[in-house]
Amino acid sequence: MVRLHLLALLAKEPAHGYELKQALEQTFGSAYPSPNIGQIYVTLGRLEKDGLVRAVDVEQSNRPNKKVYYLTAKGRDVLMTWVDEPTEGPRVRDEFFMKLVLAPLTGIADRMALITRQRRHYLSLMSDLNDLLARTPPADRVAMLLIEGAMLHLQADLDWLERCQEDLA
Amino acid sequence: MSAVVKTVNLVKIYQDGALPVPAVRGVDLQVEPGEFVAVMGPSGSGKSTLIHMLGGLDARTSGEIWLDGQRVDTLSESAWALLRRKKIGFVFQFFNLVANMTVGDNVELPALLAGASPKVARERRESLLAALNLTDRAGAAPAQLSGGEQQRVALARALANEPSLLLADEPTGNLDSRNTRDVLRLLSDVHKQGQTIVMVTHDARVASLADRLVSLFDGEIVDDGRIARRRTRTAGEVIDLR
Ligand SMILES: Nc1ncnc2c1ncn2[C@@H]1O[C@H](COP(=O)(O)OP(=O)(O)OP(=O)(O)O)[C@@H](O)[C@H]1O
Ligand SMILES: [Mg+2]
Repeated sequence: MVRLHLLALLAKEPAHGYELKQALEQTFGSAYPSPNIGQIYVTLGRLEKDGLVRAVDVEQSNRPNKKVYYLTAKGRDVLMTWVDEPTEGPRVRDEFFMKLVLAPLTGIADRMALITRQRRHYLSLMSDLNDLLARTPPADRVAMLLIEGAMLHLQADLDWLERCQEDLA
Repeated sequence: MSAVVKTVNLVKIYQDGALPVPAVRGVDLQVEPGEFVAVMGPSGSGKSTLIHMLGGLDARTSGEIWLDGQRVDTLSESAWALLRRKKIGFVFQFFNLVANMTVGDNVELPALLAGASPKVARERRESLLAALNLTDRAGAAPAQLSGGEQQRVALARALANEPSLLLADEPTGNLDSRNTRDVLRLLSDVHKQGQTIVMVTHDARVASLADRLVSLFDGEIVDDGRIARRRTRTAGEVIDLR
């Protein structure tokens, strides 16, 4: 996915790797796991190999040359396809659900215990999100929305857990 | 220090219909001073019944209830009423506001009943209404309010006498996210001040403020444990939306 995020940023203007990292951080704020610089360079290298971006060397007076990347026509097509196609919804096959269904069959776990432990785990994740929200400046709309989205997903997971408890435990 | 709340093999069987309904089946619960306990569980698992019994609003069938080291399940209704005035705030799942009093008076009355001076009661009223974004609605009758507004009035009312024990049944059931935020802030202030809270909720944000989670199922406690805090985690580890 980082591939497409980088293509989107390059569609705005050519940039070198470090600028891309900064742009991601500035846009998403504290709420998003920002990729490390190594990961960005590796991704740019692959994009270049696939012909989606191209790099030019820019001379710098007293430092080594830096590579500035720009989007190719092929890269723009790939980006447009990504933007135009509907986005997959949240997962329906949930790792916890697989455990819940399969583990008791083998007698190695009890469903009620799995459910109640998972519920407390979700609440402790939620408590992290509460802290994160409290630390995020309200002006940082993108970060706020991202955190609120995560909270709503977690609420849905918790409601689903209750449904599982009613029907399976 | 003794537990604020303690129940011993608490049982409630409703007998008003053709068949007896066992709603709470042998609950042993102990809540320490200053603790914030969230109670969760499916619909019909006995959450409201349990919390009503803790507030003396529903009589137990058998078992014991102790508040601050005092046995209370044997108290008369008038003794319960006195106890509630002095140290318990109760938020009902379905509000129970006094219909022919204004919102402001609904909030002020419990403070007066608990013995606060008129000046102090008025200050409490004003600060609580402000904290819950209800100042504009002070002169309205409860029936003129939206569900979410009535819910917040019910919370303000329950806190008016600065109760040492807050019992709340779904206090955020009707709130949108903005109003939930006000309620969350107020609850965490109440918690920080050292008041003890037992709260039934389906709302994960509210429950995550608690120190401890009790899960009810079919009238029994099936899980009782702390909610872990890992404040060292960074944002990137917390959020992983797909
Ligand atoms: N007054 C009553 N008379 C008879 N049965 C009752 C009465 N009140 C509750 N019950 C029954 O007792 C059980 C527990 O009800 P309770 O209201 O405590 O559940 P709850 O966990 O609060 O559910 P919800 O999440 O829907 O509020 C249910 O089976 C309910 O039908
Ligand atoms: Mg209820």
